[in-house]
Amino acid sequence: MSISPGITGPAALELRDVAKSFGAVVALKSASLTVQMNSIHALVGENGAGKSTLVKIIAGLYQRDAGDFLLRGESVNFKSTADSKASGIAVIYQEPTLFPDLSVTENIFMGRQPTNRFGRIDRKAMRAEVEDLFDRLAVRIDPDRPAEGLSIADQQIIEIAKAISLDARVLIMDEPTAALSGVEVDRLFAVARSLRDEGRALVFISHRFDEVFALCDMITVMRDGEYISTDSIESTTVAEIVHRMVGRDVTELFPKTIVPIGDVVLDVAGMTMPGQFHDINFTVRSGEIVGLAGLVGAGRSEVARAIFGIDGYERGSVTVDGQRVPPRNPVGAMGLGLALVPEDRRKQGLVVDSTVGRNTTMSIQRSLIKLGLLTSAAENAAARTWASRLEVKTNALDTVVGTLSGGNQQKVVLAKWLATNPRVLIIDEPTRGIDVGTKAEVHRLLSELAGQGLAILMISSELPEVLGMADRVLVMREGRITAEITRADATSETVMYAATHASETHS
Amino acid sequence: MSTLTAKPTPNVVLHGLGVFLRARETSILLALLLVIAVTTIKNPNFLFSSDGFRDLLLTPSILILVAVGQAIVIVTRSVDLSVGSTLGLTAYLTGRLFLDIPGIPIILVVLAGIVFGALLGVVNGALVAFAKVPALVITLGTLYAYRGLNVLWAGSDRINASDMPKNFLALGTTEYFSIPLLTIIALIVLIAAGWYMRNTRGGREFYAIGSEPAAAELYGLKVTKRILVAFVACGALTGLAGVLYAARYGTINSQAGSGLELDAVAAAVIGGVAIFGGSGTVWGAAIGAVLLLTINRALPILGVQDFWQRAVVGALIIGAIVLDRLLALRQTRKLLESRDDSNE
Repeated sequence: MSISPGITGPAALELRDVAKSFGAVVALKSASLTVQMNSIHALVGENGAGKSTLVKIIAGLYQRDAGDFLLRGESVNFKSTADSKASGIAVIYQEPTLFPDLSVTENIFMGRQPTNRFGRIDRKAMRAEVEDLFDRLAVRIDPDRPAEGLSIADQQIIEIAKAISLDARVLIMDEPTAALSGVEVDRLFAVARSLRDEGRALVFISHRFDEVFALCDMITVMRDGEYISTDSIESTTVAEIVHRMVGRDVTELFPKTIVPIGDVVLDVAGMTMPGQFHDINFTVRSGEIVGLAGLVGAGRSEVARAIFGIDGYERGSVTVDGQRVPPRNPVGAMGLGLALVPEDRRKQGLVVDSTVGRNTTMSIQRSLIKLGLLTSAAENAAARTWASRLEVKTNALDTVVGTLSGGNQQKVVLAKWLATNPRVLIIDEPTRGIDVGTKAEVHRLLSELAGQGLAILMISSELPEVLGMADRVLVMREGRITAEITRADATSETVMYAATHASETHS
Repeated sequence: MSTLTAKPTPNVVLHGLGVFLRARETSILLALLLVIAVTTIKNPNFLFSSDGFRDLLLTPSILILVAVGQAIVIVTRSVDLSVGSTLGLTAYLTGRLFLDIPGIPIILVVLAGIVFGALLGVVNGALVAFAKVPALVITLGTLYAYRGLNVLWAGSDRINASDMPKNFLALGTTEYFSIPLLTIIALIVLIAAGWYMRNTRGGREFYAIGSEPAAAELYGLKVTKRILVAFVACGALTGLAGVLYAARYGTINSQAGSGLELDAVAAAVIGGVAIFGGSGTVWGAAIGAVLLLTINRALPILGVQDFWQRAVVGALIIGAIVLDRLLALRQTRKLLESRDDSNE
């Protein structure tokens, strides 16, 4: 069925030349998006292209600095999420935010429960409507259970049920499939198509082109906060879209150098923690970069945290150079040469209000203490070596870390860990939120470190990064390792297939 | 569907029984009954003398009012440490009104106490909701500030029973069908608050805000207004408690109600109100208040030394928190495992 939008009156949603800045940081320069009723519209762009900012403006979380925002031909100015919702817009986020203590039913109706004339909530009516909604969506979720512990797929279904019960005319789905398995994606797409056929407008944000091309009618590309193009899906190709998104040649990004690979350094055997991961087995050799791929929520970060001893595990073992790493003991893990660069730098990897020097030497503070005192001079002297080796761009080691760019912050975190002379480096999303130029530098660094004999376990959600950097790729899905793929065999198809399909069907 | 509607009665009864047995409040109620039973075996007067029965109901009545208010605030992920000082100020105001305006109608004094308490709650709520400073810090500040005002106002004065009308003092001793009037008032407030918290949009939004503030923002709930309302409700209930305190004890100095905030928070926590908000009921907090004060009276009868009495209360609070934590962990695990199973 082909749809010819643009002829049937005003667009469901139209943004023209929208701009938004946060202080000195320009998030959107001039973003435009026109979505027709009865259509599913893809919005694509690299991380940092401004898609999320645009979505938050539509949702009423942010207010635009300039530009037009029209809904069914009428100009709107949302002051809050409540305004946006009242105008028939529903946003489904990648990881929905629900009330964990409240029931599924209450989560769907919060703030607009049906009441009788005494203000008493009509629980029966609420419950009946939820059952209707779930029947319509063909899903089985107990309406009375608490939202806590629901899978991300089910949480999204609850958001969608909420949007339908609100009779939202415009649904925006921000990377809804990032954490879903194949079956769940199929279910979501069936729901999305039926919503479109009811006359609603849907915006679908995704990095997965097979999904975009299977589901959507129109596609808009954004780059660096600007509108690039809008096409109907039949009149364009993946190659064309990728080229517009990136605006440069992709292959130059990952300067991987092939280095000799030595003995096994990190050995993880049978590691299991119910509810998080099951029977995790793998090794990382000296000089090797092992990529750990998978969808958000597959349990990759949990595995990393368990190896390093931040969280516990019930069964299995971790050894470094044949020595058992004590569970639940990060200091012990560090002693054996493990280092972990966490996903969220600002929260877990850095003291953002402190200086570059102090952050760099934090992990070796103990050895710098003389007569019970720690001086800035001693810290800065130790930090200088690493800062210069990693080319941290900062005027002085007294600079406060929070003011550095994302790429330089990442280098400070790396410097902090490298100062401990680790044997194994576990790095979670090494280039998240880092601009393109610095990305290549972080990759060069990782290659260099592997060349010096470090064993590196790299968790990454960016497929090109995994394919470009890793000597071997492990793929996790729903808490299990579903595939181990050599560098030669690793393609986006093989990795994505293992990340979204159960291992039984994968040979 | 037809099989469900054919014989609904036993299902509803069984379902109701199941809900009752699983409820967090049930365990605390059983603990209370156990304390009463053991103490009564040791000394039958504890329950069966008319004085014993009256004390059992009368002693916790004022704390129930404050604990209900406190529970509402804690459910929204805040806390109100100023309730002791608020009660002191409203109690003193009560005495002052009778002294300064001879012949003032009692109902007017009761209303004045409630309104004054609510105003003190507005100050707390506004600072927490608008200035976005954690409630722990704000109400710790107003705890001292309100007490300071009280000392400034009362000085070393003391209001005695002889300064207040007999009709008013009778509020503290009147009984209907051998149930003290204060207990009846506490019960009415409890039923009303319990109904509101369970059955109205406003009540459910308190839980929503406490459960996940970020989600409340995304849902477009009026978070600021709700938090303000919670503190005003707590202040008003504490104000009412202050008036009743004056009626019951008859003597009010500048230190009335000091330390009550800890009893109120303890009652709520013992009664299963999660300190990080989002779950628990005012019923639980009320039963917690009764258990706390009943244990205080039971321990001397059971021959427990003074020193150990406080330790027992401490153990009770820690025990309640550990129990909640264990139940929460078990629940999370069960939910996660059922998810793992469905993914196999």
